[in-house]
Amino acid sequence: MAWGKRKDLLGIEDLSREEIETILDTAESFKDVSRRQIKKVPALRGVTVVNLFLEPSTRTRTSFELAGKRLSADVINISASGSSIIKGESLKDTACNIEAMNTDILVFRHSKAGAAHFLSKVLKCSVVNAGDGAHEHPTQALLDLYSIREKTKRIEGLTVAIIGDIAHSRVARSNILALRKMGAHVRVAGPATMIPAGVEKLGVDVTYKIEEAVEGADVVMMLRIQQERQGKNLFPSIREYSRFFGLNRARLKGAKKDILIMHPGPINRGVEIAPDVADGPYSIILDQVTNGVAVRMAILFLYSGAAL
Amino acid sequence: MSLVIKGGRVIDPVNRVDKVMDLRIEKGRITRIGRGLSADKVLYASGLWVVPGLIDIHVHLREPGFEYKETIETGSHAAAAGGFAAIACMPNTNPVNDTGSVTDFIVTQARKSALVHVFPVGALSRGQKGETLAEIGDMAERGAVALSDDGKPVMNAELMRRGMEYARTFGLPVISHCEDMNLAAEGVMHEGEVSTRLGLPGIPSASEEVMVERDILLSELTGAALHIAHVSCKGSVDRIREAKKRGISVTAEVTPHHLTLTHESLASYDTNLKVNPPLRSEADRQALIEGLLDGTIDAVASDHAPHNIAEKETEFENAVFGMIGLETSLSLMLRLVHEGILTPSQLIERMSSGPAGILRIRDWDLREGAPANVTLIHPGMVFNVDADRFRSRSRNTPFNGWELKGKAVCTVVSGKVVFEDKHWKTSGKG
Amino acid sequence: MPKKEKPNTREVRIIDREKMNALINQLAERILEKNQDLSEVTLVGIRSRGTHLARRIAEKIFEKCGNRVPVGILDITLYRDDLRSRIDQPMLVRTEIPGPIEDRNIILVDDVLFTGRTIRAAMDGIMDMGRARMIQLAVLVDRGFRELPIRANYTGEYVPIKSDQTIRVRFAEDGEEDGVILREVP
Ligand SMILES: [Zn+2]
Ligand SMILES: [Zn+2]
Repeated sequence: MAWGKRKDLLGIEDLSREEIETILDTAESFKDVSRRQIKKVPALRGVTVVNLFLEPSTRTRTSFELAGKRLSADVINISASGSSIIKGESLKDTACNIEAMNTDILVFRHSKAGAAHFLSKVLKCSVVNAGDGAHEHPTQALLDLYSIREKTKRIEGLTVAIIGDIAHSRVARSNILALRKMGAHVRVAGPATMIPAGVEKLGVDVTYKIEEAVEGADVVMMLRIQQERQGKNLFPSIREYSRFFGLNRARLKGAKKDILIMHPGPINRGVEIAPDVADGPYSIILDQVTNGVAVRMAILFLYSGAAL
Repeated sequence: MSLVIKGGRVIDPVNRVDKVMDLRIEKGRITRIGRGLSADKVLYASGLWVVPGLIDIHVHLREPGFEYKETIETGSHAAAAGGFAAIACMPNTNPVNDTGSVTDFIVTQARKSALVHVFPVGALSRGQKGETLAEIGDMAERGAVALSDDGKPVMNAELMRRGMEYARTFGLPVISHCEDMNLAAEGVMHEGEVSTRLGLPGIPSASEEVMVERDILLSELTGAALHIAHVSCKGSVDRIREAKKRGISVTAEVTPHHLTLTHESLASYDTNLKVNPPLRSEADRQALIEGLLDGTIDAVASDHAPHNIAEKETEFENAVFGMIGLETSLSLMLRLVHEGILTPSQLIERMSSGPAGILRIRDWDLREGAPANVTLIHPGMVFNVDADRFRSRSRNTPFNGWELKGKAVCTVVSGKVVFEDKHWKTSGKG
Repeated sequence: MPKKEKPNTREVRIIDREKMNALINQLAERILEKNQDLSEVTLVGIRSRGTHLARRIAEKIFEKCGNRVPVGILDITLYRDDLRSRIDQPMLVRTEIPGPIEDRNIILVDDVLFTGRTIRAAMDGIMDMGRARMIQLAVLVDRGFRELPIRANYTGEYVPIKSDQTIRVRFAEDGEEDGVILREVP
């Protein structure tokens, strides 16, 4: 195992393949802990973890909160709406206030790309990016890798199709980077309005047809369609999107028998994915949620070392 | 009192001079050029280039209205320190320079407090709203040298047409900030693989090219002099080159930052690199250099855009566009000379007589009888950029800490020395 | 990975391969003596050298009575009380205990007993995994200088050493020759 001591986790971009493997291996131990009757270890006793979520997200925040608590850290949640220190303050002021609370690790979610980079330059504590705009969501990609590896035992050589709004998805970006580093083949698919410029330079194949993306793939990752993008001319209507780009049983006809179907949640049932597919035998969507806690425990554990 | 600049390499692209000579200045004018001249005061210029005063035709001075970013006074000090004897200031102040009285205010304020010549650019449309024409005649009468809605494009083609026609009536060129706002949309950087990697909304090159092409057509239609501000991409260079071939009255400028940096540098999310038009690809940068070399691009202009630190120290998407440039422009451009891409004479032309021609400023050369606007350049002085020492009121530069070679060491405006580099004085005269 | 020794460190082999083998044999015999019902016993080695020792003991037990005693690996990193003061980031190794802990007779196995803090952490780890009926401790070497009230049930050898000395048990499993090394740090 290799771990170059790092202060911040800003994106998959910063990590080497060896470091990704170390994180996944470390997460195995924490998954064992999560399966015990006493799901708690004293490893981060006395460590203060602040979850600063300036963009609403229940899932990721809960997952980090549980991860921190299972490591015996003191976990504080601050969200955009429920906090007075956010109002009228610049991001920098907010961050400095949080550091003044003797924070060791700041878990940070923000609607703008690069916001975590900005804070990491200002703050001495560790910054873990829990999603910054359309840029990266590294812990989601790591838990996705973990979930794939758990089922297939390897990632190298797999073919993974990522389908949906690639242009505006941090999940897609982090997964593309992570999967490429681990030696998987990546295909992206969606309407051309949702395929960002120069994406093939990240080492992925582009197709506009779902059937083509699914054919022969080992894993299909569906992305959530943001309803609020309707009216921005990325697609004419939800109905049409779902008709041409939603995953349903018919589109899985040409797929491998043991294909894995993933979704970062929350799911728009019947829009990007049909209910019987989401709940079907290939779906590992719930494993993703379970593994999220273990992977985030590994992240907090490994990055706590630098905060000392 | 007379002044002699002694023993410098006189480079004057207008008169095709490149030779070691002395230059005598009396009563604000150059009175003699020759050898062995003497005077009351001597500036020893051995090893220096003696060139026509540099001109930056694209500067945002922020006064009136945003004096916390820059004033006419501080901006002119920055200009003098950068080797500029003249600058043209854009109208996006508060109030907008769209009437004779605002133009008058700028001219008066400059006369009182500025170290260098300040040429106001008037707004093309009232309030830069792109709806109705501003009082162009009035502004021309009070000293406006060009018209522009810079900071914003003129989206309405019909208004642009009328603006060009009307400007032509008063002999003023129209400076166009070419950007289709619908295409640029929410974009904050060049659209391409880097914006994709960084997850930042992109501005496609097409948003500039569409407008360059439109304005060339309108210039052809109206016969007005069109100047394209801050050209940033290859497509624009190609279109301008082709239009010039067809004899259309179009000129263009490029910034030192677009010639130096590409979108790759944004990986750091440094908001000082957020500029409009955005830093583009290496292929674009090469095309800009080529355009500057073959004369498609007539001038270098900094688009000096001062901003307070609070407007930059924030999320990239929320930060304002623009960087300051007056105090780094020449040194950055000298890199192209040191790399052997431009000759000294070519560079000086693009930074003095070239821009003077665009704004129709006359007598901008080193000739006996001409007004004494002269810049002395030490081409080999190596220094580190230190933004804390800038004369500008703002610090928003991505070049802080860069090691650069060559800079202006003395600026003479109408026969008066308005800037002397203290390092040069001690080393040059001791 | 074996750490690089300082060049002026003096090393003495105080227990050689044969002696070490005899000590392990003794440990196995005493464990057999004291634990009538072997089917309840799980040997849990504290990684990494405790694991080697636990496997050796299990082997001896098998030679003596033909019973296979299950052997587990315990990583105590998450339970250490000095976790936050360490400079290097400790790497986790997966804890693997065969079968449930509930009602088992757990024998913790480690190579050296020193301050007792490792054993405290190991007991916490075991107890979080389930309620064992009994926890015992077997060590190859007891070097003294305890900081906690902990004593081994089975000890190979007492080696009281001075504070400027350290002790290290080597195992063939790590590519070294079996033996116990006394090191003096000048
Ligand atoms: Zn502009
Ligand atoms: Zn401008």
